[in-house]
Amino acid sequence: MTTTEAPRALPPTSPTRVTATRRRRWASRRNRRDYLVFLAFAAPNLLLIALFTYRPLFSNIYYSTLNWTLGAPVATPVGLGNYVEFFTSPRTQGVLVTTAVFTVATVGGSMVLGLLVALALNKRVQGVGFARASVFSPFVLSGVGVGLVWLFIFDPVVGVLGYLLRLVGASSPQWFNDPTLSLVMVIIVFIWKNLGYAAVIYLAGLQSIDRDLLEAASIDGANARRTFFSIVLPLLSPTTFFLLVTSILNSLQAFDILRIMNPLGRGTTTLIYEAYLQAFGGSNRAGYSATVSTVLFGLLVLLTVFQLVVLERRVHYR
Amino acid sequence: MTAVAERAPVQPRRNGPLSRQNLVGTIVTGYVPIVLATLVVVLPLLWMVLASFKSPGELLTQTPSVLPDSFAPSNYAEAAQKVPFGRLFLNSVLVTAIGAGIKVALAVLTAYALVFVRFPGKKVIFALVLATLMVPPQVSLLPNYVLITGLGGADTYWGIILPGLATGFGTFLLRQQFLTLPASILEAAEIDGASHWKRLTRIVVPISTPAIATVALVNIVFEWNEYLWPLVIVSDPNMMTLPVGLTLLQNSESGADGYGLVMAGTVLVIVPVLVVFTAFQRYIVSGLTQGAVKD
Repeated sequence: MTTTEAPRALPPTSPTRVTATRRRRWASRRNRRDYLVFLAFAAPNLLLIALFTYRPLFSNIYYSTLNWTLGAPVATPVGLGNYVEFFTSPRTQGVLVTTAVFTVATVGGSMVLGLLVALALNKRVQGVGFARASVFSPFVLSGVGVGLVWLFIFDPVVGVLGYLLRLVGASSPQWFNDPTLSLVMVIIVFIWKNLGYAAVIYLAGLQSIDRDLLEAASIDGANARRTFFSIVLPLLSPTTFFLLVTSILNSLQAFDILRIMNPLGRGTTTLIYEAYLQAFGGSNRAGYSATVSTVLFGLLVLLTVFQLVVLERRVHYR
Repeated sequence: MTAVAERAPVQPRRNGPLSRQNLVGTIVTGYVPIVLATLVVVLPLLWMVLASFKSPGELLTQTPSVLPDSFAPSNYAEAAQKVPFGRLFLNSVLVTAIGAGIKVALAVLTAYALVFVRFPGKKVIFALVLATLMVPPQVSLLPNYVLITGLGGADTYWGIILPGLATGFGTFLLRQQFLTLPASILEAAEIDGASHWKRLTRIVVPISTPAIATVALVNIVFEWNEYLWPLVIVSDPNMMTLPVGLTLLQNSESGADGYGLVMAGTVLVIVPVLVVFTAFQRYIVSGLTQGAVKD
């Protein structure tokens, strides 16, 4: 740097009162200018976030106290009536069970399969780069497109899955008509779309493991299974924890595949889908939909707090 | 920070993986799982492309053939008559380009302000930005729908684009990147009298191009795939984006013989993203997996 006329290059004499105040005034003027720059740069984004992310949380709480048909000019306040209905209706029980089954199955499935795929990909062989990219690619594809591709494959009459099953003497299950099978179907497709994400994250975790540890274990006579369960898996626990949190969030937000593969939601209505159906599925129950959204948001806050307070302490960090 | 960083090559051994006694073992334990995993992903997508060329007669069968009789794009032409696909494609391109462009600009500006500009309470502001990553867009769906339709935004481009512009993800990613820049360069520029705008456009943006490209690509993919919001805010077929238009096609072609048309439409929504992904794989994967690996 060739700058010699810098303000900080003042001679090291003891500062007089005058220069001190002058410097302070200069600093405060500079601060004020910085504040303005900050606002000019950040305010548009911050305002958008306030308007379209934070405001809706409060609007939902307000809407949830109303008996209000979407589009209707008037609404009747019902206090906690919507919450009473939500927590007592038998329909809610089904929604909660579906949400739990869907979340546990998709999170567990994509993490276990993701780890297996990561172990398979953690090798220096030709073409592994292509395999890695292929496995990850469904994660970036349109959920609508993926849902349609699999709808065609699962079709009991003309689908290729039914054809393959008939080849081995079985008949195609009624994926579209049986609510339980519909749930199994969307779980399979959701795992297909998301397991590449878990695989790539696990792969990065595997590659960060110190090879000396593995060599030491093999010198000590540990077999592959022992090495995996006693060394690799514990060392991966921060990765597992991160994936657990992000996958739960991801599964709770599942929408596109559910909407495309089973629009009426028989057997596949999760909390998010229930909030959508109530407001936009024909009955236009905006107040009740806002109630479901508010409950869901409360659940997410609980999950986050749980993650920060309870789990973080138990995870093995090196 | 790259999640898929290559590992240093294994030191060559005398019984290398390709020596005769190890060859079979290498193939069984090394290649078979990799090939299986790849096929599980690739085959359904290949099936989609093949089906998009099959006639209703070829699809309405219990014993499907692998290859279509001809690769004439008749399904694509017919699908374009049922749903205005040219227009939908244009809508998707417009919404994606404008939406992703503005989002990247907002993310760069916000991240710069959060890292390099003095302001009281910056940590709190950043926490509030970061927290938006925990709020699923579905939760804000109804209030935003009420607001935007009230302002007359139904069936308009701005109505589709505006509520999605707030960007927590890009701001987070770029802030991480900006924090790694050497402070001495920016201090020198400040001493030379360069304004914040100059420091941003002449120094920070040029040396952060890879990170900005990552944010741009991830946003492009997200905007292109976006479904729920355009689904509720648009009802005019001429204003639909591709994923929403596909739903329309799916409803009008609900018979089993309609799969050819639906797959043609699906190719139009999936293949552009596959092309972009193949070309910029490294950026997209690292962008989407960032934050996972602590270094």
